[in-house]
Amino acid sequence: MRFDGYDTEGFYDEIFDAQGNPRPGADLLIERVNALPETELQRRQKAAERALLNLGITFNVYSNEAQTEKIFPFDIVPRILQAKEWDVLERGLKQRIQALNSFIDDVYHEQKILKEGIVPADLVLSADGFRKPCVGLNPPGGIWCHITGTDLVRDGDGKYYVLEDNLRCPSGVSYVLENRLLMKRTFPMVFDACSVQPVTDYPSRLLDMLQGLAAPGVRAPMVVVWTPGIYNSAYFEHSFLAQQMGVPLVEGGDLVVHRGEVMMRTTKGLERVDVIYRRIDDDFMDPKAFRADSMLGVPGLMKAYSKGKVALANAPGTGVADDKAVYAYVPEIIRYYLDEEPIINNVPTYACWREDDRKYVLENLDKLVVKAVNESGGYGMLVGPHSTAAEREEFTKRIQAKPRTYIAQPTLALSRVPVLVDDHFEGRHVDLRPYILYGKDSLYVLPGGLTRVALKKGSLVVNSSQGGGSKDTWVLNAEGGNSPESPMQQQKEGL
Amino acid sequence: MLSRVANSIYWLNRYIERAENVARFIDANYHMALDIPDGANEQWQPLINTTGDHELFKKLYGEATREKAIEFLVFDRNNPNSISSCVRAARENARSVREYISSEMWEQLNTFYLMINNAAKDVSMDLPHQFFVDIMNASHAFIGITDSTMNHGEGWHFGRLGRMLERADKTSRILDVKYFILLPSVDYIGSSYDNILWGALLRSASAFEMYRKRHGRIDPKKIVDFLVLDPHFPRAVHFCIVTAMISMNNITGSPRGTFANKAEQSLGRLLAEFNFASLEDIFSFGLHEYLDMTQTRINEVGAAIHNVFFSPQLVEEATENRTLE
Repeated sequence: MRFDGYDTEGFYDEIFDAQGNPRPGADLLIERVNALPETELQRRQKAAERALLNLGITFNVYSNEAQTEKIFPFDIVPRILQAKEWDVLERGLKQRIQALNSFIDDVYHEQKILKEGIVPADLVLSADGFRKPCVGLNPPGGIWCHITGTDLVRDGDGKYYVLEDNLRCPSGVSYVLENRLLMKRTFPMVFDACSVQPVTDYPSRLLDMLQGLAAPGVRAPMVVVWTPGIYNSAYFEHSFLAQQMGVPLVEGGDLVVHRGEVMMRTTKGLERVDVIYRRIDDDFMDPKAFRADSMLGVPGLMKAYSKGKVALANAPGTGVADDKAVYAYVPEIIRYYLDEEPIINNVPTYACWREDDRKYVLENLDKLVVKAVNESGGYGMLVGPHSTAAEREEFTKRIQAKPRTYIAQPTLALSRVPVLVDDHFEGRHVDLRPYILYGKDSLYVLPGGLTRVALKKGSLVVNSSQGGGSKDTWVLNAEGGNSPESPMQQQKEGL
Repeated sequence: MLSRVANSIYWLNRYIERAENVARFIDANYHMALDIPDGANEQWQPLINTTGDHELFKKLYGEATREKAIEFLVFDRNNPNSISSCVRAARENARSVREYISSEMWEQLNTFYLMINNAAKDVSMDLPHQFFVDIMNASHAFIGITDSTMNHGEGWHFGRLGRMLERADKTSRILDVKYFILLPSVDYIGSSYDNILWGALLRSASAFEMYRKRHGRIDPKKIVDFLVLDPHFPRAVHFCIVTAMISMNNITGSPRGTFANKAEQSLGRLLAEFNFASLEDIFSFGLHEYLDMTQTRINEVGAAIHNVFFSPQLVEEATENRTLE
């Protein structure tokens, strides 16, 4: 199995440079893969897929009656990030989340940034994610977005850009952990030699952060993970995180507000809950505060929350800052609250509610990517260069009817990574979703994160619901030390 | 532990046990039918009666033949008690408590589910014996993995409680249905024909070898004694109820012979009945009547477990507390 004949086709490739030479840090991996006997890599790829199926590491697909569970496809060639590159990203992500958190806190309190006209007030107050019941709330430590999964992409120029801030209930971190486990089983030797920064302590860090949110004076806080249930597309992840943290996984029916406190129903009666890591949208949490028709919610939860009886992660209302319209203003938001220049740039964004921008967008639909501001998962999107005339006409109508709901961005030449296709390698486009934990006195970025890959040839859509897969992401250590997670290393230490 | 989680563990064990029993019923019947070609067809109807789903079967399939019976009992999703439906339901329950049970348990159950699913796609299955053996083995493996990877705490006891009640119910049902079909052949005791039929009944409960060791000769009354009252055979009704009671006491923390709630009380009464029952009493009461009563009482225990542990009445509790405030 060799990389001979692999063609970067003019795209920025994550492990080969434009001349086809390995990038620093990737040479060892390429050398080892090249040295594998014919068909050995395919065999390992198949073994990894079988393991995923037997472990039931799957996601659920909506509106697909016959088959509701699918494996999230996994490609065996890892994506490699240099320590130097990663340092910049890590600083940039920390900067961004601190600014966004200040923004959310401001929006639900004084609204200084709106009053000063830095961000248009009507845009924020009309955002889908703006929650009136959250005005005046004071989450523990003033932190609203405890868990974030920011989507980054690398363009043809080799620079990283922020594509989306996922501040509500970002998913995918379980795949990062499972992918790492599979890679350590599949390539112990390469893994050992490459010195990769560890990710396996994520559940411990998550638990520490969550416990830190409990009200003062609670000695052994009861933390729970709240899932909408087994039919949710990310159910595997909810149960995985609860299992790895050793905390109960609850559904709405397990929780009840009793004498002002949030309790769970156990075989021995009611037991108090202190911190809820909720993986359910704001809208469905409490029929008394949000959507009255929610069958999943817990009546009275928001009242208990506003009185500080229970902590919620993330806090309700964070969606206001990951509105795609607000996104266009994040560079200003960073300058306003931190008085710093953004370390990672936004993708240039045309806001269709500005007249000049709209005119430009409508004239250049075939070159741009148009996104509905309140859709996610790759839905409600027009990829200009791949669109038909009829689709463009449809979007022209939609944009003219509701300019507030559309933004447009230039089509990026997303960077690529080799994937295994039958008996050879082909380049496929990738993005990167690092995970950030923001606690009362800690700010942590998981080294690497989820690399999602568009497995369809030429496709730019990496979402799991639309034919995307994933890869392990290796952030290398700067000084070239050993991999603390490596099975070989652990064996040596054991001896 | 969460009531919902206890409920799921209890049911996932019941479903696995149910699937195993149905597999064994079919396997034993299949082999018996091969030995007695003449009476083969008639033996499938009683088997369906055993599961209690004969009305549904009649509606969907009409006359009982081997093919129809196997399709109905193994693969049919319209039959909530088919092996396929049971394993599916067990897996759904396991999926909802995946963080509570061990990864090994989940993986075993998921592999079990995938095996049944693949078999359902493979219509040209002409050697069912190995398939049924695989199902029984998968169930046994699940029990073994559960015992050696999960804390023997409250959740484990709920699981065993469910499994033992299910098993007691199934053993009493197979005995009830088969005994009265086989009874006319009592006249031919000692014939090879007779041994085959009664042997099949014992095999339906995996009891043939253990019965031989305990009682030797095939004797219908001793078979009843063995399957109902034996305190050592793990599929005997008495054994199952003893074990269920131990788990119940562990869950509530009550000392032996006492009770803390309705579920424990009704199971304790049933156990007392079996502790002091004799074969003579059972036959003078009527075997069918006795087994029928046992099944009803097992159902009552199940309903009480549901009320006490899985859906406690919180509304009343809340108002009660308010008046105390």
